[in-house]
Formats: sequence, structure tokens, C-alpha cells
Amino acid sequence: MEDIRIEGTPKTPTVNFIKAEGILEIKGRSIPENSIEFYKPLIDWIEDYARTPHNATNVNIQLEYFNTSSSKCILDLFKKLEAINNSITINWYYEEDDEDMLEAGEDYDAIINIPFKMIEIEEI
Amino acid sequence: MLLFKGELTEDLINSILHAIELKLTDSDANLKIRKKVFNILVECLQNLYHHTEMNSDQEQQSKEVPSGMVIVANDDDGYSIMTGNFITNDSVSSLKTKLEYINKLDREDLKKMYQNVLNNGEMTLKGGGSLGLIEIARKSGKKLEYGFAPIDNMNNFFSLNVKVNH
Repeated sequence: MEDIRIEGTPKTPTVNFIKAEGILEIKGRSIPENSIEFYKPLIDWIEDYARTPHNATNVNIQLEYFNTSSSKCILDLFKKLEAINNSITINWYYEEDDEDMLEAGEDYDAIINIPFKMIEIEEI
Repeated sequence: MLLFKGELTEDLINSILHAIELKLTDSDANLKIRKKVFNILVECLQNLYHHTEMNSDQEQQSKEVPSGMVIVANDDDGYSIMTGNFITNDSVSSLKTKLEYINKLDREDLKKMYQNVLNNGEMTLKGGGSLGLIEIARKSGKKLEYGFAPIDNMNNFFSLNVKVNH
């Protein structure tokens, strides 16, 4: 399977899914009017990846904004990751003082059965 | 800060968001408030884009035209994000029920409801279910103000005012 590398736009995030390193990154903004179109290939990729994952998977989510249309897609993406039995961590980055983004990470943490690490950074 | 009225396209939504983002960055508001206002505006525009619907006698069926009005204002207390759009009579009661229910919930219950709808709620093809309104209420931290004004025997004008205090 091929890695996914997508450049970010003002409405969609930068995506780097690198199988050989077990690194899955989503960064930037996710506020498209139709999120399914954007996320479907990513969710399919993860479904495939979960069959033969790297021995450790690091998921880095570093979002400045995301809309509710994306939030369901991100949940579906995390649910596909639950199939991975090897070591896996979801690193949820949020900007200093952005309690709403921290809380958004806690929402997923409450639903998803994968360890979350909340990481405060100065600027996204 | 901004007033818009008319048909909405994706490009126009982008322009509105871009304009507000620049104004927010120039303002003295802190990051937390700026992000709340931007996020709420994103959801409100999404609602206008997907949920504007009108019935007309001529066509005997509802017609979806993404259109409406949006005002973003700033005064001493904080920001107001106001939207208005046409909806059909059939959508009024379910929307009203949702809004009344959301307004009864406190912060903690809104969080639970959000997680519940996110995890179990039906996802409509348009992409959101009622998650958008719950999110708007959560980010605002204030009760949602709204009104329905009958236009003719088939349509209503729905207005929503979301506040974010400084």
C-alpha cells in the first residue's frame, strides 16, 4: 500500500500516513462543507493498514479547527484504528489555553478504546 | 463586524470566514474567544448551507437554495453571531424541540449529549445530524436565542442568535 501525503488547504488538513514508520498525522484545519469526501480514502487506508500495522503506531492529531461534519469522520477513523493490536497511541495536540480543543480530545478519549495523550503546545 | 445576505456558495462561505478571521486576529480578544467565535460561525454557515429549504406553490415541492443572512457583531459584552434562513413549516416543530431541549442542558449534560450523538447518532447525508447545534451551544456557553416567523402558509423564517461573552 502507498503512503498518503496531502497538502493542507484553508479548509482541509495536511495528512501524512507513513506505513513504514507507523506514523499517521493530521494537521491544520478540517472545516469542509462535505467531510465524507475528504475522509473516505483516509478511513479506507487505515482499514487496510490495520491488517498489517507497524509494530508501533503513533497517531498525531494537531488541529486548529474542525467542524462537526469532520468530527464524525474523525471518530470513524479512530474506530478503524481500534482494530490494531500492536502498540498504538493517539497524541492529541492543543494550543495553549484552548480548552475547547482539549475537551474535544477528551470526548474522543471517552468513546475510543485507545490510549490518548493530551499534549499542550504553544502554537498550532 | 460583518453583514451578509443572499445566496451562499462555498466560495462565499470561504470569503466570509476569511474576513472574520482577519478581523478577529486584529481584535484584542484572546485566542480562546477568537476560536469560539470562528468555530460557531463555521457551524452556523454550515447550517445555512445545508438546511435552507422553501416550499413554493408553483413547484409543489421543496426547493433547496443555500441562502440566508448572517451578522457577526461585537459590543462591550462580547460577540453575537446571528443567522436567519427560510425553512419549511414541517421542519419547525422538530427544530424547536431540539433547541428547547439543548437550552435545558447544563455544560456537563451538553458534553454527554454531544458524545452520545457523535457515537450513536444518525449521520445524515448532509453531514451533521443535530451535532452542529449541540456544538454551537457548547462553544457559546450561553443559552441559544431563536425565533420563528411565519412567511406564508408553507414557510418560516428561522433566526438564531449565538452569544460569546468576553
